[in-house]
Amino acid sequence: MSEQDQIERRSFLKCMAWAGTGLVWAMSGGVLSSHELLAGPKRKPAGFSFVQISDSHIGFNRDPNHDVTKTLQEAVDKINELDERPAFVIHTGDITHLASAEQFDTAAQVMKSARASQVYYVPGEHDVFTDDGKLYLERFGRGTLGQGWQSFDYNGVHFIGLINVLNLKQGSGTGLGGSGFGQLGQEQLAWLQKDVKGLSSSTPIVVFAHIPLWTISADWGWGTDESEQALSYLKRFGSVTVLNGHVHQVLQKVEGNVTFHTARSTAYPQPAPGTAPAPGPIKDVPAEKLRSTLGLTDVNYTAKGSQLAVVDEMLG
Amino acid sequence: MLTKRNFLLALSLITFGLVLAVYGRATEPAADANEVVIQNFAFEPATLTVKAGTKVTWVNRDEEPHTATATDKRFNSKVLENGDRFTTEFTQPGTYKYYCALHPKMTGQIMVK
Repeated sequence: MSEQDQIERRSFLKCMAWAGTGLVWAMSGGVLSSHELLAGPKRKPAGFSFVQISDSHIGFNRDPNHDVTKTLQEAVDKINELDERPAFVIHTGDITHLASAEQFDTAAQVMKSARASQVYYVPGEHDVFTDDGKLYLERFGRGTLGQGWQSFDYNGVHFIGLINVLNLKQGSGTGLGGSGFGQLGQEQLAWLQKDVKGLSSSTPIVVFAHIPLWTISADWGWGTDESEQALSYLKRFGSVTVLNGHVHQVLQKVEGNVTFHTARSTAYPQPAPGTAPAPGPIKDVPAEKLRSTLGLTDVNYTAKGSQLAVVDEMLG
Repeated sequence: MLTKRNFLLALSLITFGLVLAVYGRATEPAADANEVVIQNFAFEPATLTVKAGTKVTWVNRDEEPHTATATDKRFNSKVLENGDRFTTEFTQPGTYKYYCALHPKMTGQIMVK
């Protein structure tokens, strides 16, 4: 067996393992089939990839995870081991558990070790609930607009980071009105409408925000008010990928040209909607199983098609 | 027919049940008339009625952090971790709605007479 064969065999097996532990799926009309994924690392993809991580909850210190800093570091290590260096990393919020300066510092310290040119953030409600996001904006929101929203272009793909964890309204748990959902607000919606106005409809769009932009559970407040209005501005685009966190589990839905996807947490899992009386950490995860409930999401874009392939990878 | 063995088994189960019932009652937190317990992502009672001038206390018995935040921001507990308490006085009659800033689906109200 030649050396070249060995390398190819090794990378093939590694990739097999990768595909085997992750939930692999391609978007409608996606250009990456599972076969292409297996053969992937040998050919340099023409596009680029980026990684989404979410819900690191630095400061959380209870069952099932008493060292969330370590599991965030493991997620970052995993990013650094990827065959193809990601163009950047997106963190979809709940960086910290209680929004303290110390927790933000610890998170920033760990994220600094990620081998990526940049980390883009949106906050979760845990990052902003004490001070309406003041500390978050100071530390992680540099260069963003309004209350932290932003957009940027990379290799022909338009990325939009939305904030839906501020100005939360009380829920209807006791019939007092309100949805308990995430809130986008008219100022941000007006910005969004303007932001995408000049773009060609063939531009692939990636939207990232903490709380899902589709209703996963009305009972648990897992949805966003005004998300329909936001999505109506994106209707004309051929490819829209929406990446969220908040629910600490992989869930996905395809609606027309829009693919919705939620990422695992790097800290702890939450129950599937309707399978528990309330959301919150699943406490009785055996230590040896914890890492199979945590993870990160790799997103691959190939320039020959406009679709993106999303691969969820577990920490262990 | 009830054999002696089955009778004894039944008797011991009943006794065990009684012991549980008595013990359970004794260890349950005494429901203070002016206290709202936060448990299983809910405020209990969701509606608390008190006289003007009453101090109301919230106590978080969940492992998740919660807040008791007035809809009009008139009071805000800040974060309550497991076992933490927050007390505020209601001097004026009225209905005061509040929610958890971390889990806005959780709501409650204090009715001051």
